[in-house]
Amino acid sequence: VERTSLLKMMEISVAEAEKRTGKNAVNMQETYTVYLIETRPVDAASEGTNPVPDSLWRRYSEFELLRNYLLVTYPFSVVPPLPEKRAEFVWHKLSADNMDPDFVERRRVGLENFLLRVASHPDLSSDKIFYSFLTEENGWKETVFETGFQAKADSRLKALNATFRVKNPDKRFAEMKHYGDELQSVISQLLRVRARAADRLYGVYKVHGNYGRVFSEWSAIEKEMGDGLQSAGHHMDAYAASVDDILEEEEHYADQLKEYLFYADALRAVCRKHELTQYELEMAAQDLTSKKQQREELATGTIRTFSLKGMTSKLFGQETPEQREAKVKMLETQIEEGEELVKERNTECEEFVKSAWVDIERFKEQKDHDLREALISYAIMQISMCKKGIQVWNNAKECFSKM
Amino acid sequence: MSGFVVDSTVSSGNSSVAIPTDISGQILDLDEDDDLEVFSKDTTVTDGSSFNASMQTSPASMINQYKFEEDAEDTKDIFVTVDNPESHVTAIETYITYRVVTKTTRSEFDSSEFEVRRRYQDFLWLKGRLEEAHPTLIVHPLPEKFVVKGMVERFNEDFIETRRRALHRFLNKIAEHPIFSSSEDFKIFLTAAPGELTSYKKQGPGFLSRMGETVKAVAAAVRGVRNRPQEFTEMQEYVEAFSQKISSLDKVTQRIVREQKEYLEELKECGPTYALWSQSEEELAEPLKDVAGCVDRCCKETEEQVKNLNDNLIPVLHEYALCTDTLKAVLRRRDNIQADFEAKTEALATKKADRDTESKVLSLAWDSLVGRSPEEVKQQKQQKLKGEIKEMRDDLDKAEDRLEWANNALKSDWTRWQKDMRTDLRSAFVDTAERNVNYYEKCLAVWESFLHSQRTDAEGNGNVDFS
Repeated sequence: VERTSLLKMMEISVAEAEKRTGKNAVNMQETYTVYLIETRPVDAASEGTNPVPDSLWRRYSEFELLRNYLLVTYPFSVVPPLPEKRAEFVWHKLSADNMDPDFVERRRVGLENFLLRVASHPDLSSDKIFYSFLTEENGWKETVFETGFQAKADSRLKALNATFRVKNPDKRFAEMKHYGDELQSVISQLLRVRARAADRLYGVYKVHGNYGRVFSEWSAIEKEMGDGLQSAGHHMDAYAASVDDILEEEEHYADQLKEYLFYADALRAVCRKHELTQYELEMAAQDLTSKKQQREELATGTIRTFSLKGMTSKLFGQETPEQREAKVKMLETQIEEGEELVKERNTECEEFVKSAWVDIERFKEQKDHDLREALISYAIMQISMCKKGIQVWNNAKECFSKM
Repeated sequence: MSGFVVDSTVSSGNSSVAIPTDISGQILDLDEDDDLEVFSKDTTVTDGSSFNASMQTSPASMINQYKFEEDAEDTKDIFVTVDNPESHVTAIETYITYRVVTKTTRSEFDSSEFEVRRRYQDFLWLKGRLEEAHPTLIVHPLPEKFVVKGMVERFNEDFIETRRRALHRFLNKIAEHPIFSSSEDFKIFLTAAPGELTSYKKQGPGFLSRMGETVKAVAAAVRGVRNRPQEFTEMQEYVEAFSQKISSLDKVTQRIVREQKEYLEELKECGPTYALWSQSEEELAEPLKDVAGCVDRCCKETEEQVKNLNDNLIPVLHEYALCTDTLKAVLRRRDNIQADFEAKTEALATKKADRDTESKVLSLAWDSLVGRSPEEVKQQKQQKLKGEIKEMRDDLDKAEDRLEWANNALKSDWTRWQKDMRTDLRSAFVDTAERNVNYYEKCLAVWESFLHSQRTDAEGNGNVDFS
């Protein structure tokens, strides 16, 4: 993670997790987990004085609130995702329970990762709400609501509508959105397959533990074979036990993939926003064009576009020059406003495209780097697993040959 | 001495079918074969396939016969292979025959190479004959007749191959056995043309005499043995325990194979998923394709490993599980022989007691009716009893010899079996461990080459180091 902006100034970590109980909104008792956010100015640590870090407790829902705020406020940014709300892609040994300590631990790591990502983002890291999230325990929620970000949020319906109706979205964004879809689909598939394979691998290793038990029992009835069998049995037990560490490490790999699974969503959100701004520009332009046409018609008296007014005036007689005058004036104002709007929306669109594309490029680079690292770490894990296997079976072989 | 040798297990009253034995060929050229030195130079002893009670051989010489040299050299002079299964279709049935090739330098064989075709029934016949001739020797098990679980049909390729290997091992075990390998039945099995084998099979103890044997065995079993020597009781306990352990190992190994197969099924989907992903990527396409390739290669290795377990470890464990049934049967038969001896001992003692009491009783009434003098009757009765007692004593002597012979045979063969078992299981497990090491080494190489390619790429692009 690059040290830019906020991260240059302070160290951030999610150090601990704790269980709390309290009354919720409907006055019912609930248990939830809180996470300890610790911050410390960078120079303090390097000076070697090592002061006590500032810290405060936050729960997952507050992280969600922060993220929603960022999504609305920085629609052109690919906003880092949170770790999953509920455990998915679970294999049988892994608990799907949100209270499970392993799940909580992995979530703690995920939350820290989220904060670090935000803190190193060129745009997001300088946000005041983000800063106060890290530093102000009380009243932060109110501050967020006060920004009125919720009102600025686009409704899903609006966004969906734009997606269907937009005529000329930037090709690059259309491609990016498609890529986001593919990425999400393929990573989901990979996570599913991996989880099932992990389940099976667990079974293979654990059954070997039975060898340990039977060898031990068998060694009791043998004379010369006894020692070899007994010690081989120990190695079989070790082999069976080794799978726990192996699969725990693989969970980290799965978490890395999951991050980008959720990132795909953030990427698509940016593309959807582009579609929306583009659509609104197109709407404004379309509106302007039609108003200009109306003016032309009124001026030349030709009716090119069908209008009810036109039909009724044909049927019931033309309007008076005064009426027409008023109409033209209104149109002129509307056209002026319309042109302003189009200009505005155009600028909005252009700026959005510019900023968003910058962030998308940044995201692409980050993704390529991170995922490559993940693949490498996966290879390293496999290598470690193979080395352990070689060691155990070589040991077992030695014991067997002493049978 | 040559001539007809009578199987002593047939009661002396019956006229049994005698098996002509030409022992001239059995006299070994001891220069050629060290580990058959155990055959004593007493030429009255043949291949042990029949016990001649009429010969005055002492149990002591019998014992010598079974004192197997522990450090006998592995100079094999007979090589047997089972291969080339072929299916035969007739109007009545379809069956498989296997080619049995024998190469030997033994002088009792007419030539040095033989090739015959045998079917499973023939192997069963051979096993039966060996067990009959040597009730307390341990015959290696045959593959099962028909495996119900997980079998589609008898003529499935895998089934035939598994069976072929087991039959091969069976014959080799017979060939390696000091007693069995010189069995006439074994020789006929290896060398006779099909017609010859069929007619040879028709000889042998008739049905009735075999029935007689079964009845005797059941009677003996019902009687039960009274004074079983401690060592055979220990043997039995061992066999019980061993049987449980070996069948557990068989089950565990089969379970491992099942889990591995399911793991393989899932793993097979991973590679293609990575490959699919690589199609959406630019920079990442290379590494993703490489990972897909690595996963696919590991899949192949896993498939190999599963096959190895199936082909190597499981058959051996399975065979030794079947062995325990043989061992239990052998111990039972030994017990029956002892029970028989004990019963005969008791009967003789009772008869003797009868004789003693008889001499004191004068039953006058009936005898005077028949017109014989008391003295006459007494004499007749005494003569009769004496005759009976002599017969019973002879019988008892035979039974005692038989028991001693059976005990010694079993003791020696038990030692041989244990040694074999240890060797076989040890090498099976060592082999398995080695294959597992190989499997992991191959997978390790696959992933290391991936890492290497990534590192060289990275260094080429001047990227971050991987420490």
